Amino acid sequence: MPKIKIDGLEIDVESGMTLLQACELAGAEVPRFCYHERLSIAGNCRMCLVEVKGGPPKPQASCAMSVNDLRPGPNGEPPEVFTKTPMVKKAREGVMEFLLINHPLDCPICDQGGECDLQDQAMAYGISKNRYHENKRAVEEKYLGPLVKTEMTRCIQCTRCVRFTTEVGGVEEMGATGRGEDMEITTYLDKAITSELQGNIIDLCPVGALTSAPYEFKARPWELRKTETIDAMDAVGSNIRVDARGREVMRILPRTHEDVNEEWISDKTRFVWDGLRSQRLDRPYVREFGKLRAASWSEALMRIAQKFKAAKPERIGIILGDLVGAEEAFSIKQLAMQLGIGNIDCRQDGTPLGEKGGRAGYLFNTGIAGLDDSDAIMLIGSNPRLEAPVLNARIRKRYLKGGCTIGVIGEPADLTYPYTHLGAGPETLARFVDHTPATSRKPMFIVGQGALARPDGAAVLATIVKAAKAIGVIKEGWNGLNILHDAAGRVGALDVCALPAGDGGKSARQTLEAAKAGALDVLFLLGADEIDTTALGSTFVIYQGTHGDAGAHRADVILPGAAYTEKQVTYVNTEGRAQMTARASFPPGEAKEDWAILRALSEQLGATLAWNNPDELRAAMYRIAPQLARLDQLTPADASALTELATVDAKMSAEPFRSRVKDFYLTNHIARASKIMAECSVLKTARQLEAAE
Amino acid sequence: MSVRRLDPVQPDSFVFTAENLAWAKSTIEKYPPGKQASAVLPILWRAQEQNDGWVSRKAMEYVGDMLGMSHIRVFEVATFYTMFQLSPVGKRAHIQVCGTTPCMLRGAEELKKVCQRKIHAEAHHLNADGSLSWEEVECLGACVNAPMVQVFKDTYEDLTPEALEKIIDEFSAGKTPKPGPQTDRQLSAPIGGPMTLTDPALYSDTRTFTRLEPPPPLETPKTT
Repeated sequence: MPKIKIDGLEIDVESGMTLLQACELAGAEVPRFCYHERLSIAGNCRMCLVEVKGGPPKPQASCAMSVNDLRPGPNGEPPEVFTKTPMVKKAREGVMEFLLINHPLDCPICDQGGECDLQDQAMAYGISKNRYHENKRAVEEKYLGPLVKTEMTRCIQCTRCVRFTTEVGGVEEMGATGRGEDMEITTYLDKAITSELQGNIIDLCPVGALTSAPYEFKARPWELRKTETIDAMDAVGSNIRVDARGREVMRILPRTHEDVNEEWISDKTRFVWDGLRSQRLDRPYVREFGKLRAASWSEALMRIAQKFKAAKPERIGIILGDLVGAEEAFSIKQLAMQLGIGNIDCRQDGTPLGEKGGRAGYLFNTGIAGLDDSDAIMLIGSNPRLEAPVLNARIRKRYLKGGCTIGVIGEPADLTYPYTHLGAGPETLARFVDHTPATSRKPMFIVGQGALARPDGAAVLATIVKAAKAIGVIKEGWNGLNILHDAAGRVGALDVCALPAGDGGKSARQTLEAAKAGALDVLFLLGADEIDTTALGSTFVIYQGTHGDAGAHRADVILPGAAYTEKQVTYVNTEGRAQMTARASFPPGEAKEDWAILRALSEQLGATLAWNNPDELRAAMYRIAPQLARLDQLTPADASALTELATVDAKMSAEPFRSRVKDFYLTNHIARASKIMAECSVLKTARQLEAAE
Repeated sequence: MSVRRLDPVQPDSFVFTAENLAWAKSTIEKYPPGKQASAVLPILWRAQEQNDGWVSRKAMEYVGDMLGMSHIRVFEVATFYTMFQLSPVGKRAHIQVCGTTPCMLRGAEELKKVCQRKIHAEAHHLNADGSLSWEEVECLGACVNAPMVQVFKDTYEDLTPEALEKIIDEFSAGKTPKPGPQTDRQLSAPIGGPMTLTDPALYSDTRTFTRLEPPPPLETPKTT
């Protein structure tokens, strides 16, 4: 390991490190605009200049110079780097002066104001007067789509956005045209960016050139209340920060979590916040003479109690939605057990997950970070770009590192990395059952819900497990069977066993069929909207949730709940990592937190749940599912139980696998209530139509 | 230099001729596998030649598709290098007047005025019948023959406003004037004959040189 002296402090550094990284290691702060740890090195802002002894006798861009580039002194003394000398300060001041020549300095009307790298660094390195008396340059406005607002006159050409969209996003759409003073950042012919991760360029932009379009002129960073919480738009469990002012969520930003989302979030996660305001259920409703009428809590609960008491338990069904937290799933499961209701299911999409095979049978067993060591990936019935864009970016990262083959069984789609399309459906999958073991060391299967959410799902899962064993995806010391969920609440609900009772409980699919056939009296939908609500016959439907979506439209009684930013619940992500959300704002109107609603309802039903506050609830839940208590930790699942899955002896249909996510922007009721998401969806549909022509 | 944009009027299509296509394929083969995009400059240049001296949007997209590059990457290249014309140029001549210091001192400003008068008041604009256009460019590397202009692959040097007018008239008439110095100067040899080493004594037999090789005898250029 080379030794290097930074500001007089001698440290050991790894070979190949850049000077900037070495400086950070030594605790010396180096200002930068273009350098970013997760992107390639551009070296074009020149802000990170340092003085070196043992290298060229001029200020050096520390981001682009390796520690190996410096020579030791004549007597073998380690090379020296200085970050605080007058030469460095002067060089950086010079760079800053040049950057500010064409920068408009319109901070008072700029959305980046208060959290702007240029503003902050100008405080340290800017000179207080202007020596440039020519006109500033102005740049024509650009269009990057409905999410990213541009003010390109402010751009300092760091090219972080170009590098992000190309490298992480995998879409080569942005570029720097022209040169010198006329250099401009743009997309090809001003087309909207197609990446599902494009919102991240707003965070990456060190100035106010790219800002959030929906958040435009809405708030200043210092007046926002920041809450660190967890995302519920997909099953990745991205770590987010929700910024709220008063009771309104103003924006959502990513937090860094190396093992989950690194520091990216998808556009749905970032821009769904306007959906938290519209179409909200803010008070209980009951249906009278075919019309919904506002009611009081006691009336609504009483109405439900009447119906529950009048119906036989086997003629009552409960279906849980995609955004249900583990606490709520646990509450309603306990309630169902106390009332003797067996027809409860958290899998509204109709997958066979959780019935057999233990936890290993429904988890992303290698963990998301496990993607980084995998050397062969097979995607089965999954389009991760739509189901979990952040995870897809991680697969792309793995692909870029090299030495990883990727295959797809299912729909051929643009995943932003090349892959071998092996086939469309079960027939191809069946070929792998007696395949010879693969030579790859850590092969993995990523199984999407598209392969499982079908009537023959159990048979498909059995075939997948058989194939996994044949190929070596499941072997001694390695379990590469990864189930990729698309619903944030699914794994948590499975962990607390919100599944049909063993003695004849109906699954969601069977419950819905029963409702259609008139064999069901009461159906309780806990945030479940992704079902065919038009075919529920004359069943009495109760909807507890947050938005006036499909479920609420059909409901006879509506109980208004709290959205994921308004309550403290546990979401378990697809890899089995339990993470707890925090309350960023309060639910609107008379809406209440879901555990409290269920607790109140249980009292009305004469089967009072045994807790009076969330802590007692969690204590009870942790007795059933102790892994949920280990927040932000992965509890490896026992792979030996998977054998049980392979015992299913049923036939697969020939129907090809299709990803369940048809429209990335409209996958849940919050997204469907969002105007921004609707706009993105329209744009994407138009683009697909154009491409089809 | 100014901000460069695509021309608002664009042709509907672009394809290489069979000959250019064969040439392009052989050019791409010169680069190692995976580095085909490096061929973008020569191929884009050939596309510009085929497309009457300018690159259209379709030409860029065609070249991008041929090299497996995204369109924005080709666009970056085409906008970076000012020798790629983004709007139509004169079919008979696109006159690039060198305006860098040596040519400017030797009268490039006057040449620009000629162009403004005879072609169009503004650079990058076609004349009335679309046969001619002009622009000011940076140094073309013929400072010794300043002032000069370049038309496609030929240079016209040692110009006077009158000489340039004559050249423009000839291009306009469909002829190709003789390139090179427009005076009777031989290439970049000194005007008016040799200025140094002219003393005949230098070449007399009585004088001895310590150099290993004597300079070759000069042929005295004719002067008018």
